[in-house]
Parts: sequence; C-alpha cells; structure tokens
Amino acid sequence: MGKSKLLHSLKVIALAAIATGMLAGCSDQYIVLKPQGPVAQTEYNLIMLSVYLCAIVVIPVLALTAWIVYRYRDVPGNKAPYMPNWHDSKILEIVWWGIPIVIIGTLGFFTVRDTFTLTKPPVQDVKPITIQVTSLDWKWLFQYPDQKIATVNYAEIPAGVPVQFVLTSDAPMNSFWVPSLGGQEYTMPGMAMRLWLQADKPGEYFGSGANFSGEGFAHMQFKVVAKPQAEFNNWVQDVKKTNNPLTKEGYADLVKPGVVNQPITFSSLPEGLFDEVVDKNGGKYFRHTMDMDDSTKHEMSNMDQNSSKKEMSMNMGH
Amino acid sequence: MLENVKDFASHFFVTGDPLIYGADVSIVLAMVAIVFVLTYFKKWGWLWTEWLTTVDHKKIGIMYLIASLAMLFRGGVDALLMRMQLAFPNVHFLESNHYNEIFTTHGTIMILFMAMPMMFAFFNIVVPLQIGARDVAFPYLNAVSFWLFFFGAMLFNISFVIGGSPNAGWLSYPPLSEIQFSPGVGENFYIWGIQISGIGSLATGINFIVTILKMRAPGMKLMKMPMFTWSVLASCITIIFAFPVLTISLALLFIDRYFGAHFFTMDGGGNPMMYVNLIWMWGHPEVYIVVLPAFGMYSEIVSTFSKKKLFGYKSMVFALISISVLSYFTWAHHFFTMGAGADVNAFFALSTMAIGIPTGVKVFNWMFTMFRGRVSITQPMLWTLAFIPCFVVGGATGVMLAVAPADYQYHNSYFLIAHFHQVLIGGVVFGYLAGLYYWWPKMFGFKLNERLGKWAFWTWQIGFYVCFMPQYALGFMGMTRRVYTYGWDMGWAPLNLVSTIGAFLMGLGFVFQVLQIVYSIKFGERDLTGDPWNGRTLEWSIPSPAPLYNFAVVPQVKAMDDWWETKQAGLKIERPHLEPIHMPKNTGIPFLMGMAWFVAGFGLTFDWTWMAVIGLVGVGASLIARSFQYDTDYYIPVDEVKRTETALGRVV
Repeated sequence: MGKSKLLHSLKVIALAAIATGMLAGCSDQYIVLKPQGPVAQTEYNLIMLSVYLCAIVVIPVLALTAWIVYRYRDVPGNKAPYMPNWHDSKILEIVWWGIPIVIIGTLGFFTVRDTFTLTKPPVQDVKPITIQVTSLDWKWLFQYPDQKIATVNYAEIPAGVPVQFVLTSDAPMNSFWVPSLGGQEYTMPGMAMRLWLQADKPGEYFGSGANFSGEGFAHMQFKVVAKPQAEFNNWVQDVKKTNNPLTKEGYADLVKPGVVNQPITFSSLPEGLFDEVVDKNGGKYFRHTMDMDDSTKHEMSNMDQNSSKKEMSMNMGH
Repeated sequence: MLENVKDFASHFFVTGDPLIYGADVSIVLAMVAIVFVLTYFKKWGWLWTEWLTTVDHKKIGIMYLIASLAMLFRGGVDALLMRMQLAFPNVHFLESNHYNEIFTTHGTIMILFMAMPMMFAFFNIVVPLQIGARDVAFPYLNAVSFWLFFFGAMLFNISFVIGGSPNAGWLSYPPLSEIQFSPGVGENFYIWGIQISGIGSLATGINFIVTILKMRAPGMKLMKMPMFTWSVLASCITIIFAFPVLTISLALLFIDRYFGAHFFTMDGGGNPMMYVNLIWMWGHPEVYIVVLPAFGMYSEIVSTFSKKKLFGYKSMVFALISISVLSYFTWAHHFFTMGAGADVNAFFALSTMAIGIPTGVKVFNWMFTMFRGRVSITQPMLWTLAFIPCFVVGGATGVMLAVAPADYQYHNSYFLIAHFHQVLIGGVVFGYLAGLYYWWPKMFGFKLNERLGKWAFWTWQIGFYVCFMPQYALGFMGMTRRVYTYGWDMGWAPLNLVSTIGAFLMGLGFVFQVLQIVYSIKFGERDLTGDPWNGRTLEWSIPSPAPLYNFAVVPQVKAMDDWWETKQAGLKIERPHLEPIHMPKNTGIPFLMGMAWFVAGFGLTFDWTWMAVIGLVGVGASLIARSFQYDTDYYIPVDEVKRTETALGRVV
C-alpha cells in the first residue's frame, strides 16, 4: 500500500466532494438551496451556517490526518520523532474539547433562536391565510376554510402572504413538504399541526409527501402555485363558479385508497369537515393540547348541495 | 379438498414474481446441497457436537460472524435491487409493494441481523481473550442468546418466500403497520423475528457486563482495560437500557394487531406518536450500541499499527461513557417535524449537537495516537484510515441535521439517507471490517490475502463515495426516501444513476472479500506465533487460534497494554505451573429452545394459536430441563493441557 496512493485517493475524494458542492450551488434543480420565501430562507441560512462551522473542524482534521499519516509512516529512515509512550497532553485535550464546544455553542444559539422564530408567521403586518391540509391514501386534500373551496394535489396561494398550513391525516402519517418555501411537518391522524410558509414571488413550487404511507406513496406529489393577491382572488371566484362542491360522500370516496392522476378542484366544502376528521381520528381525546386559533375556527358557508359529484379518476398504479 | 389446499398454498407461499421463484429454487437447491454434503461426509454428528451444542465463546462468535456475513449478503442484494429500480425514472423492474418490502427488509436486516450479530461476534471472540478469561460469565446463556438471534433472523428471513415480507419501513410506524393498513402476516414476521432475537441481544448485554466486571484477569483494573473492552462495556450498558424499550414497543404493537387493542391505532384513543417516541428511545441508542464497539476497534488498531500507546486513554473512556449516556437524550431528533413544539425541539437539537463533542474528541485522540508514532498501513489500518475522513464528514452532516429548523428541509430526504449510511457504513461497517482483518488470524490462524484485500478495499471505498455523495445532492433536490419510482421532471435521474453504479461497486468489493477469504483459507499466510501484528493486548499472548481454554495459565496483569509491556521488558520463557482447568459442558438445550421459539413465533405470525402453544410449551420445557441439569461442567486435566500447549509450540 503506497502512502502516496492513499493521499492521492484522499485528494480525489475531496475534489469530488467539492465538485458536488459546487454543482449544488449553481443549479436551479437544488430547490432546497434556492429558497423562495422567508421560512425557506431562514432554514437556508442555518444550513449554510452549519456548513461553514463544520468546515472549520472538518477541513483541518482531514488535512492534519493526511499529514500525520504521511509524516509518521513506518518506513526505514523516517526522521520524524518516535515517542511510543507519549500518550497524554492536557493542553491538547483542552484544545480539542474546547473547539467543538465553542462551535456547537455557536450553532446551538442560532438553532434555538430560529426554532422559536419559525413557530410564528414570517411577516406580522400582512393578514395570513389558512389552508387545511389532509393527507389521504394517496393524495393531498387542501381545504380553504375562509374561501370555502377545496383542491386535491395542488394548492394556490397568494404571494407575499404568510400561509398557515394546518395539517392532519385521515390515513397513515405523512409529511407535508414544499422545499422551495420551507421545511416540512408531519400530518398525523387526530392532530391538527401548524406550519407557516410563505412565497415571496409568484411561481410554481414542487411539493411531496415525505413520510412513507404505503403503496401509492411515491405518487403523492403536488404543486403549490403562488400568484399575486388579485389573481389569487380571481382564481377563488373562478373556482366557485366553475367547479362542483365537495360533499361528505365525495370525501368518503376521496378517502378510499387510490392515486389521483389529475388535480381536482371543488367549489365548496362540507361544514366542519376538517375538524370532524381530526376528532374522528382521536382529536377528541386530546383537544386540550391543541391550540387552534381563530383563523382555523371558521364560519361555515352555505353550500351548493345540488351539484353533482365531480368525477374523479382514481386508479392505483402497479 | 384440493381447492382448499391450492387456496392455502397461494396465500402461504409468496407467488407471482419471477425473482421470488428464482429465490425459491435456489433456497431449495442450497438446502439439498447442505444436507447432501453433511450426509455424504458423515458430518451430522460433527455439526451437532462441535457447533450446534457448543458453549465455547469463540465458536459462538464464529457462528455469529458467519450468520452476519450471510445477512450482509442478503441485505446487500436488497440494496442492489432497490438501486436497480431507481437507476432511471419510471423503471418497471419492481412494483410498489415489492419495493416497499425490500427497503423494509434491507433496513431491518442490516441493523438487527447484520450489524448486531457481527458486533456480538467480536464481543464473543475478543473480549474474554482481551481480559484474560477462559469463557464468558454465563456460557450457557451465551449459547441461548445466539440461538435466539439465529432463529429470530431465520423467522424474519423466511417471510421472503412464505407469507410475504413486512413492508411498512424498518421501524414499522403505526398506523401503517396496524392491522387496518397492513392486514397480512408481514408485520407479524417483523415483530416476532425481532422480538425473539431481541431477547437474545438483551441477554448478551447482561452477559458481557458481568463478564467484563467479574472475569478480568487479576491485576487488570478497570482503567487498565483495553479500549475495545471499554467500548463493549459502554455498548452493553446501552443495550440493557435500550432493548427492553424495543421489546415493549413491539409487544404493544403485537397486542394491537393480535388482540385488537388500541395503543397506536388511529381510532379508539390510540396514538401512533407514542410508538414513534418509544421505538426511537431504543432506535437512537441502538446506533450508538453498534458504533461504540467500532470505536473500540479503531482504538486498538490505531495504537497497534502506530506502535504507540493510545493517546488520551482517560479522555477516551470518558467520551465513551458520555456518549452512551447522552444517547438516551437525543431520540426526538428523529422527528423534529412531528410538531412537538419549539422547546422540545430546542432541547433535542442541543443534546444531539452535544453528543458530537465527545465523538469529535475521539477522532482527535486517534489522530494524536498516530502523531509521533510509526504508522504501518496494513489491511486493518487501511479501513481505519478510510473511516476517519468518512466519519468526520458523516458526523458533520449529522450536526447539520441536528439544527432543528434546518432539519425541516432534510427530514426523510435523501440527505438523511446519505448521512446515516455514511456514519453506519463509514463508522460501523468499516470498523467491523477493520476488526475482522485485525482479529481474523486470532480466529482462524491465518492472515487474509493482501492483494485481494486491497482490491476489495478500493472498490468498496470508491463505490461508497460514488453511491452516497450524490444522495446528499438528491436530498437538496427534494427527493424523499422510500419512493419506488420518480419522473424525469425533477432532474433526479443522472445522480440516481451514478448512485446505482456506486452501489454495484460496493457489491463488487464484497465479492472481492469473499474471494479473499476463499483464497486465503488455502493460501493465506499462517500465523504460527499467535502475535502476527506485534500486538499490545492479552489476546496476542496466546496461540492462534486460541485453544479451548484460552489461557493455560491465567495471566497476572501489571500494566495497560500488558502484552506490549511484557515484550518490552523482554520475554522470559518459563515453565508455567499448570492446574486442571474448569470448563462448561456442551448442551443441546439452547439450540432446541431456539427452535421452540421459532415454532412459537411462526404460529403467532400466522395466528395459529395451537402452533404458538406448542412452541411456547417447548420453550418452557427447555427451561425446566435445564434447571434439572446438574452435570454442566468438567475439568480439563493437566496432561491434556500440556499436550495441547506442546502441540501449539508453547513451553510447558
């Protein structure tokens, strides 16, 4: 085993890692690294901070290891000192207990600060909008309690407005993730959890389920479309006019396991459906632990009961 | 009647997939071949007396090793099947459920039936030799542990051809793993396979704590113990606190499934989140259970091949123990995104980062063990040197994942997959392979071939980075784990193909290792001295492979690295004073008890209560039979010890 060969391979590995990193920095496909809203931006800043802080340790350690192995290699005539019984140094020990403590302390400070920040809406001076998200087998139902409409496998949001996603599941747990706008949160039966996200600019953002939930899991992708407020309002009006309502029966069909190939839009939704689903799955047992604020306790609208159920293309892929 | 049989068979056997039929055929052929060879060479008696009934820690260790290598193969094939499915978008190689089964069994097998038994192999083979003992504290219990592991693993593995494999992920989160969403027998196989082997793991933990605390050679104070033994102690302490949690979690899940209870269901007041907490209270310590002994191995190897004392011994011990304690306070970092609240997340983020500190300190100590030493790059050292950069980077991505708000962007993505493979392969697998090369001569009496070993090493290394570095990037591209297929739209295709190529390179590395072992059995350099590496600890003071009783005379330990110090002082060849050696007798009960557990587990899996009852009665009967066994030990007479030692070239 030639040491130079080892060193060479270490170099190759390091170069490959850097190349991967560079690639990551300059392509639009790296959606986590191209934040499109304040939440994703905060998370991105933390990611980069942790990369830099780790690099402070990692790079010297790698370099030092390579140097030590090279300098103290066991070859005849190596003039480097050999001290077989040297095994203790208080100063060195203090250095390498100390450096990680300082770095972890720094990272810990920002972590804790931002953990608390992200539980609040990203901007305080704009009235937020609420969207209730239910993960089903294997599709996403989005209910707009204030607009009184619903969609499946896509959601439209106004750009520049904080969106409070209230999450639950009427199926095995999943996780709701829109990488461009910010990190994910689990959808769990019997619970209504909150996730604040916001898009700075209009655009179409990729979303997916992130926690395995069975056979059709891979097909649980959705789009989040951000539009200027006026266009969003028009879209809501349009939806109300041109689509069929979501009924209790329609919901029961939607819950049945299957994959939805085309997005669906509903012009209205049944009164209290979301809360009912949460309660049904166990929310009634620990209501006291959930702090639903006013925006999620919505007034119910009159619904158009006459429209027929929209035909859905449900089909399990094999 | 015939219709009934047909109907039963179509549910009992897994059908409909050519891959499975191929496996059926090869399993039957392999079994026929084994039976034929054993019968033809009249080896049934040998198998029974030498292996199935043995209580010798070295033989039990070797059986653990063989089983774990077989499981590494099985888990590896699972991995390659997955990577084939993901090599390109929209591949129709595996359908969704088959893919889900494969990633479930891959994870379960690699952690519970590969890493754990390989770790136990080293516990068994090395610890008694390192501490100057003639066996473990409870040799009978040790055999019971092995056979429970073995039959648990077999029960889990037959799900592949009988009944159907579990498919709810390697931790089987409810409600998906509940009867409502997983009505088949797969989850039952999961529960009972792990349950049975888990009891064995717990017993091993207890066994080695007692062994290390009570069986050390005179003079070996705790602070003179070899670092590997320290790491085993730390790991075992973690085992005895963590494994009961696993047993209870799975028992509750079983009660849900079998008796219709509602601990973790969606309705009836169940709360799946409770299971997620419980399973990670075991699951997180579990990863430290498997990595701590690897740390111990690196410590031994670095010191031996730098010809220098381990740097910062006390600091290393302190780091080991603080890791094993801290490992209990980090479990919630596996579900920061489950909405436990900012205060909980903040606590677990900090505790997780904190565990990085002692881990990092250990790396510095290894580096400075080499500093001012003389580093010779042998096969064990190669894997150790590969471990350092790999684990440092994997640890760094671990710290990144610990940043709770950032974890919202990593959770369940391929970034996470890349991270835990980097620490588990780079930390645990590289460590165990380093340990395997290091202690192989002690186990079998010959070294493994260098040239093939280097081929294996480099294909493994290159394969590893080619496989997993792209997965970090895929995580940043929004790819989540456990998707069986994906489209062209997200740009995930090129990196997935690269990753698949890397996986196959690692597979090739494994093939080289198999070749290396086969070749070395015939042509490997024999170890006649018992001390092929110029070792430092007691296991190198005795012949390779060690005789049945390990030490003809129990050594008197004076220093840390006692064997090294003895050699430094100049070996004096003295005629030792021999005495008859007290040893445990072989017994078939552990094997039979394992079989009884297998029958019980199989019955419970298929809801065949009658069969479960038969199996459990068998378990009870073997317990009772053992309690009436009085003739359990014997003495090896001095003459026989003399003969053995002389044959091994030792002065007696």
